[in-house]
Amino acid sequence: MANTLFDKVWDSHVVRQVKDGPDVFFIDRHFIHEVTSPVAFLGLESRGNSVVYPGRTFATADHNTPTINQHLPVADPLSANQLDALENNAAKHGISHWGLGDENNGIVHVVGPENGITLPGATIVCGDSHTSTHGAFGAIAFGIGTSEVEMVLSTQCIMQPKPMKMRINVNGKLGLGVTPKDVALYIIAKQTTSGATGYFVEYAGDVFEDMSMEGRMTVCNLSIEMGARGGMIAPDAKTYDYIKGRAQTPKGADWDKAMKYWETLYTEEGAAFDVEHTYEASDIEPMITYGTNPGMGMGVTNSIPTAESLEGGVETYRKSLGYMSFNEGDSMIGKEIDFVFLGSCTNGRIEDFRGFCSIVEGRQKADNVTAWLVPGSHKVVDQIKEEGLDKIITDAGFVLREPGCSACLAMNDDKIPSGKLSVSTSNRNFEGRQGPGSRTLLASPLVAAASAVQGVVTDPRTLLV
Amino acid sequence: MAYDKFGVLTSTAYPLPTENVDTDQIIPARFLKATERVDFDVNFFRDWRYNQDGTPKVDFPLNKEIYAGSKILVGGRNFGSGSSREHAAWSVYDFGLRCVISSAFADIFKNNCLNVGVLPVQVSAAFADTLFAAIMADPKTEINVDLPNQKVTLVATGQSESFVINTYKKDNMLNGFDDIDYLKNIEGEITEFAKTRPF
Repeated sequence: MANTLFDKVWDSHVVRQVKDGPDVFFIDRHFIHEVTSPVAFLGLESRGNSVVYPGRTFATADHNTPTINQHLPVADPLSANQLDALENNAAKHGISHWGLGDENNGIVHVVGPENGITLPGATIVCGDSHTSTHGAFGAIAFGIGTSEVEMVLSTQCIMQPKPMKMRINVNGKLGLGVTPKDVALYIIAKQTTSGATGYFVEYAGDVFEDMSMEGRMTVCNLSIEMGARGGMIAPDAKTYDYIKGRAQTPKGADWDKAMKYWETLYTEEGAAFDVEHTYEASDIEPMITYGTNPGMGMGVTNSIPTAESLEGGVETYRKSLGYMSFNEGDSMIGKEIDFVFLGSCTNGRIEDFRGFCSIVEGRQKADNVTAWLVPGSHKVVDQIKEEGLDKIITDAGFVLREPGCSACLAMNDDKIPSGKLSVSTSNRNFEGRQGPGSRTLLASPLVAAASAVQGVVTDPRTLLV
Repeated sequence: MAYDKFGVLTSTAYPLPTENVDTDQIIPARFLKATERVDFDVNFFRDWRYNQDGTPKVDFPLNKEIYAGSKILVGGRNFGSGSSREHAAWSVYDFGLRCVISSAFADIFKNNCLNVGVLPVQVSAAFADTLFAAIMADPKTEINVDLPNQKVTLVATGQSESFVINTYKKDNMLNGFDDIDYLKNIEGEITEFAKTRPF
């Protein structure tokens, strides 16, 4: 029978199937960070267990870290305490740890691939829902809870029912100013915030084949925002070019052996999916969200739909627009904004900074806008400097901050104040996500850049021609 | 972490019909800074329960005295979407709830609930509407959740619906077992499997 990419990787990691229960699922790579791991280590120790494969777990500090003055002690005692707990737990159990200031430090889903920890055909988990990012390499990667973090530490397995399979095809060529972020927001708007619940998604078609690894990471990252357990893309020459020679990828004969396996990782002709959707690239515009979940998105030039035109709960919809202080029928173009956030595991990679700079170069940040530009890792910072993008950023009146999750979830001091409107390249526009009372418009780095220089929501295509 | 066994539960319920309730509402990120699992009930639905000056929002169902002490929450469709933070499930449990009923759950939240002793009960949209209507009509409406028989019943009328849970997870909930105990017991098998992994 013809097999899917997902089946090949999943089935090869099943240690045993529990009768009328989940699969015992083996985990190749496990990332931990300071927020969702401390209680797992407490549980491990209270049961008298040890970390069985410390070499398969990788710790990095990201959620809670300041994005300025990282050379100074962390001022917030609670954040400092969590960062210390991560460092101490890693040291005690022999786990590699990239703390603040380490040259490899950065957002977990940025540094994993950068360091060659993320590999095709691997199973990867982390106590973070955006672990789906790593699916860009043909890995099965998804977020888990803290109980499961403890399971991986103490047994290298979790117990998971196998998800159903969905394939999403996008064919054709993307238009001017349309980025991977727009492709993802378009798909999520079509699927809604829960349309892929219960499924694992494979992305296929011209658009994903043509996409860079950074773009594929952005798309897979956002799979969770339509409820999917994860998303993946079959590895190809671009994948191998990206990972080859990175610090932790196989070398020499091990590489050759791995390549033989990786080349088997594709969906065979005629393989069955539980559900399949196909979209056309030419239908996708630069996107923006207007509500309080990522499924409430539309082309940036469109008007906010009326409640009656949508399926689903009218009350929930109106509550959402009420929170945003928007009205049905409003146009987004021209709405005055207060903040711009470029960064996160969704759009904090080099390509995102290149895109942002392509628009702000030779222009000036609008006076009414506070902008936070937060690279995903120190390696991204280095590359920004190497390419001279830092000069473009500074000349345009922006400031480059230090790496971390930052205003995506506002656990550190990077909080959007109550009532303020932010165009953000991150992944969630939930109520209060970027700080209590904050209002978030999710968009691409190009929409963020165009809006940052104009001071109002702007279609980037008007600045690209 | 150990939790109390779940058998048959009869309780009034908090109604929260809003759809797509995400885990950032259930517990906002700024309250995830603990390194121990204690008192997550304090900030359960923090920004929906309290104004920014710290005063309670009296109209929010979780603040209404009439529902106080309920062990069940009936939530809108797609309950628990977003972040994987298990803190959300902990806050449900610490608030005194043992069961969340909804017509649809987000996957990770559902898993987390099962791992911490909160039973997620998925019902049809029609039955969820029936429950909401009954609670709105009489806030003292009791709901019976029978895990051994996989059945949820509106006590006053006897209207009921069966729900799905796999046998393994059901046994765990009935006995207070967890996955780590299971996995540690097949450690040898896992060790052998690990040797076959190429990287």
